[in-house]
Amino acid sequence: MSAVEPFRGASDLVPGVHGERPVPPRIEAVNDFVIKFANVNGSGSASANELFAKAILRMGVPVSPRNIFPSNIQGLPTWYEVRVSEDGWLGRRGGIDMMVAMNPQTWDADVAELEPGGYLFYDSTRPMPASRFRPDIHVIGMPLTEICNAVYSDPRQRQLFKNIVYVGALSVLLEIDDQVIEKLFGEQYRGKEKLLASNVQALHLGRDFAKEHLQGPLGVRVRRADRVGDGIFIDGNSAAALGCVYGGATVAAWYPITPSSSVAEAFQKYCAKFRVDPATGQNCYAIVQAEDEIASIGMVVGAGWNGARAFTATSGPGISLMTEFIGLAYFAEIPVTIINVQRGGPSTGMPTRTQQADLLACAYASHGDTKHVLLLPEDPHECFEHAACALDLADRLQTPVFVMTDLDIGMNQRLCRPFAWEEGRSYDRGKVMTAEELEAGRDFGRYKDVDGDGIPWRTLPGTHPTRGSYFTRGTTRDPYARYSERGPDYIYNVERLLKKFRTAADLVPQPVIAMAAQPTRLGVIYFGSTSPAMAEALAVLQAEGIHVDAMRLRAFPFPDSVAAFIAAHDQVFVVEQNRDAQMRSLLVNELEVDPARLVKVLHYDGTPITARFITRAITQVVRPTADPKEAQA
Amino acid sequence: MTYIAKPPLRHPTLEKNRVGYTRRDYEGKISTLCAGCGHDSISAAIIQACWELDIEPHRVAKLSGIGCSSKTPDYFLGASHGFNTVHGRMPSVLTGANLANRDLLYLGVSGDGDSASIGLGQFAHAMRRGVRMAYIVENNGVYGLTKGQFSATADQGSKSKKGVINSDSPVDLVGIALQLGATYVARGFSGNKQQLVPLVKGAIQHGGAAFIDVISPCVAFNNHPGSTKSYDYVREHNESVSRIDFIAPGEEITADYGPGEVVDVRQHDGTFLRLRRLHADYDATNREQAMAHVQQHQSRGEVVTGLLYVDPLATDLHMALNTSARPLNALGLAQLCPGRPALDKLNASLR
Repeated sequence: MSAVEPFRGASDLVPGVHGERPVPPRIEAVNDFVIKFANVNGSGSASANELFAKAILRMGVPVSPRNIFPSNIQGLPTWYEVRVSEDGWLGRRGGIDMMVAMNPQTWDADVAELEPGGYLFYDSTRPMPASRFRPDIHVIGMPLTEICNAVYSDPRQRQLFKNIVYVGALSVLLEIDDQVIEKLFGEQYRGKEKLLASNVQALHLGRDFAKEHLQGPLGVRVRRADRVGDGIFIDGNSAAALGCVYGGATVAAWYPITPSSSVAEAFQKYCAKFRVDPATGQNCYAIVQAEDEIASIGMVVGAGWNGARAFTATSGPGISLMTEFIGLAYFAEIPVTIINVQRGGPSTGMPTRTQQADLLACAYASHGDTKHVLLLPEDPHECFEHAACALDLADRLQTPVFVMTDLDIGMNQRLCRPFAWEEGRSYDRGKVMTAEELEAGRDFGRYKDVDGDGIPWRTLPGTHPTRGSYFTRGTTRDPYARYSERGPDYIYNVERLLKKFRTAADLVPQPVIAMAAQPTRLGVIYFGSTSPAMAEALAVLQAEGIHVDAMRLRAFPFPDSVAAFIAAHDQVFVVEQNRDAQMRSLLVNELEVDPARLVKVLHYDGTPITARFITRAITQVVRPTADPKEAQA
Repeated sequence: MTYIAKPPLRHPTLEKNRVGYTRRDYEGKISTLCAGCGHDSISAAIIQACWELDIEPHRVAKLSGIGCSSKTPDYFLGASHGFNTVHGRMPSVLTGANLANRDLLYLGVSGDGDSASIGLGQFAHAMRRGVRMAYIVENNGVYGLTKGQFSATADQGSKSKKGVINSDSPVDLVGIALQLGATYVARGFSGNKQQLVPLVKGAIQHGGAAFIDVISPCVAFNNHPGSTKSYDYVREHNESVSRIDFIAPGEEITADYGPGEVVDVRQHDGTFLRLRRLHADYDATNREQAMAHVQQHQSRGEVVTGLLYVDPLATDLHMALNTSARPLNALGLAQLCPGRPALDKLNASLR
């Protein structure tokens, strides 16, 4: 390592100076801006970018970062977009105020994405000609490569520390507290003093250069606030895994698929932490990476049949492979929990982009007449809640239950309410008849609707020497589980399953309604990861005098309140992230409402929906005189 | 599949085993398979093996896929929970069931269509994973339920009932099981109950993944001249590597075996497999030799039967996963939920 040498072209490294041109107006915003990092996949930028976001969070300012990445190992473009919002808006806003352009391949698109008056930060080791900059933005050049090449001899270090150096420079330009970053380093590299020291050094390299050569602060900057409260910062996949731990899952079988793999990996991590019997050192869990999705759901079916709480995590193509078993579990009435972290489809579609496009595939998975329970978490907090709830519901209802998250919630860290667990909360194991009950002579008919709720009683294998055994199969049977091809027996089964599904509507998480400030005939229905963008859109619409009552769905089947909400409004916008308005189809199909009253608002390019998109789409319908071009933005 | 239960009448003098059950207590419903089906002989062998082993019927979980063979669990161990899963995917369901409750005995019943075609992958992975079970394939080389199509175990050159010659190479499940790490591999013949019963007993008591391929002629579609899975063909080409007795611990060991003819194989649960060597040089604990032996005889058109390979110290998936000795399905909130203080601490770490 050597000392930093003086830099060539240092005079160019000031905002807005690239040739003779007028200085454009600049975006001025404190704690309210969007910054995007354009990187090359595999260049080691992820941890530096995450560090940047966390530092702002530690300053008490809410942030919502999003990874936008390709389905590739390395070399292709990857982006990390951080929204900074003191008001606490966590959805994507749309538009970029500052671009950290580290990928020459995407330069033109990245520059084009900037809002007028925005800031472009780039590696000026090879200065760009003025023609490559827009006249209405501010350019900040910093010779990152040159700095790192001067200081580090190892090629990998030169690459990796470039990212920390730009974080250091940004901390000066945006007035991020360097002590906060160093504290984060301290936490990250606890016990690894050498790594800690080298990272702090790289940070200071960036800071020192920025102080000496760049003009800070910019118009966008960070100021300490107290708006994070007791919120936690975590990704939905980890949260869902933790929910499975708390919910009592003991068997997990899975097959790797983006974006769901980290659910099982996090489950493994949490189980190792919480589920090892201290007395024996034995694991109170079993995790199997199966040979494929079919085997993974098969193992879950077997474990559920045998009385363990079991789950798998997958994504769209995995669901396709699992559907035969899902049908068996539905008809044979076996508890199964499936965490579906949705991505862009169909087929391999956009494997690393987000969508809400598996709704119909999951709601009606398998051949024949089937209906499945779907839970629709909005953020990591609800990923935790719904995962634990799904395990209860699967046992209670003896059926597959899907937790329908998506890449946006699953793989991005999100600021959310802390996890909650009521002391004294117990597991709902559902209707399992014990040896004592069998011994007492209680009538056992495996598929008999004893309680009028459509849910039969079951016994677990090995319960009693002479009573309670039955044969499980995917073929029709009578209420005592005896094989039957009689029409009335079949009708009894499928009608009871429908009754059970209606029972489920009262047991699933109920919708959340937010009434507008003024009475209105407009409503909006939304669900899942759309939630934060929707919350902001509603506020913007209200500020513009458009009042909309909102219902956030949290589950399928739909409780009666959903039909009532639709009936109470002339027009109900259904906001979702797929092409074919799948939730709207479910609403029309299940509630038999007039399709004309349900207005589609659809976003499906694979990026998370933005508040701007929703606001424009609704405004366009309510005030059709608005510029139609804007609505497409 | 049938829903016809056998009459509950029992002769009062029927012999009971040590856990108080008669042989009839191990029966199931009346079989609807064709008269003379080899599968019914296998069911009878399973019944006898479980009765002789003093297994409580309800402590067995019997799982199968789809097909004639997969119907058979309904025809034995009527007091056990059974599960007729989906075509070819019994191994994964059994694996999950086994993970949930390690205290039961697991019997996986499958067919050649079920295990060698659609289920080849699951069969292979269950073997390499070491799921403790007795996996029995009732192998007739033909699809019976769909009326006579070749299965993947049908020998090349064999003739179907409709006169079609099979041009594909057969899948040898024994070879696959040996290669992928099954720790008990045997081949039996449904027409040789004396050999089959101890093979089943050994598989049930084995500490890891036990596999038995049972040649089981299909009287309706694959028991004609030209078939290599017919009764006549198998009887003529049967090459037995061993005749085995299964001896549970504590029982008297007879001493009427000459030196050099017998090898006792102690399994990790304390039970023994006693092998009577018909081939002086055959060592059933040598996997490589077993593989070579099977292939050599196969190339001569012989069907090698008997206990082909056993690892007496086999372990299973639970051992690999270091799973709780107490069944996972018996654990409650106290063992499973880390509780609120841990959650509060975790929340604090996420800020």
